[in-house]
Amino acid sequence: MDKGNACPYASMASSVTFCCAIFAITLVIIRIFYVIYWGSRPHRTRAPQPVSTLIVLGSGGHTAEMLNLLSVLQKDRFTPRFYIAAATDNMSLQKARLLENSLADENGVQTSETAQFMQIYRSREVGQSYITSVWTTLIAMMHALWLMMKIRPQVILCNGPGTCIPLCAIAFLFKVLGIRWSSIFYVESIARVRRLSLSGLLLYKLRMADQLFVQWPQLQRKYPRATYVGRLM
Amino acid sequence: MGDDGDSTECRRVVFVTVGTTCFDALVRAVDSQTIKKELFTKGYTHLVIQMGRGSYIPTKSTGENGSLDVHYFTFSSSIADHLRSASLVISHAGSGSIFETLRLSKPLIVVVNEDLMDNHQSELAEELAENKHLYCSRPQTLDRTIADMDLKSLLPYSPGDATPVAKIINRFLGFLDD
Repeated sequence: MDKGNACPYASMASSVTFCCAIFAITLVIIRIFYVIYWGSRPHRTRAPQPVSTLIVLGSGGHTAEMLNLLSVLQKDRFTPRFYIAAATDNMSLQKARLLENSLADENGVQTSETAQFMQIYRSREVGQSYITSVWTTLIAMMHALWLMMKIRPQVILCNGPGTCIPLCAIAFLFKVLGIRWSSIFYVESIARVRRLSLSGLLLYKLRMADQLFVQWPQLQRKYPRATYVGRLM
Repeated sequence: MGDDGDSTECRRVVFVTVGTTCFDALVRAVDSQTIKKELFTKGYTHLVIQMGRGSYIPTKSTGENGSLDVHYFTFSSSIADHLRSASLVISHAGSGSIFETLRLSKPLIVVVNEDLMDNHQSELAEELAENKHLYCSRPQTLDRTIADMDLKSLLPYSPGDATPVAKIINRFLGFLDD
């Protein structure tokens, strides 16, 4: 059937589809605002049970900061713990394993009961150009989706490496779709004094992080929705 | 600060570290005659260079007839030992190296690598230099920094604390404070 103006059904059908599309988009937008609004508010009910926690590790300094935070978090509340590091980074998972093994020894349990360790493709290597990182980010997204479907964490802790962006984006998507409600906490690295990192900026601007912490007061003044928590190192 | 070499027969080591990076400009700078001479006149006896992935090979020296003992390696699992035995640390701007050195209260010169694309690393070094915890320099100005530095004016760094963040996260999730 060609698109003649003598076909009233076709135009009606298309306007119905159009209205449905508009309606669906409006619903999605409302849902996104709902997620952003309630995500950034503290939970009103007491957390009765431990929460499954995803910890995104980065290279070198990032990992040291994250492990510092983990050392003061109550392990019985944040359990089980899933560690993810870039596939090119063996050191970070090794350090996390050391921490978990010593915890397991203390409590007389197996590490495999409380913690799991995984690797993920990196969205951008240090020094890689921003243009090629579009492609590598896509691959990382697919891999992140697979991992997130397996883990479905209630809490995500991350502090800087680009690896956390796909994971947080998927967590946000899961929230919008109602698959899993997770709280995303982002701690900006102490190395960022005057400007947020690319990861931090994305999570801040797109409002994907429920709480974004910074370690320098001048950074909090520049990004007022961030929370200043002092130095972790 | 910096005069702890007396116990080990006046062995005063300058430890240069680039971490896992490639930072030839720094290795070349500390290998220059001007800087080696400057360090020697300041009373340092040994120069140990951890050169990482760099390709520039410094010249070894046994430190005879009034010069520095120079020695280098690429990587080591005992960086902490090297830091501990050093009287002065010259480091790249990675936060891991910076805080590890500060925690050992060793005098530190951070040299910023200007060849990095996203050069945010200078932020941290400059901020800590402003607070007088370390000196911040560039490969081409390192000789001046060493000549002008006064290690006694450096202030000790008190380590940070992660409990405030942990508290906020707990409260956010509805866990009661203990």
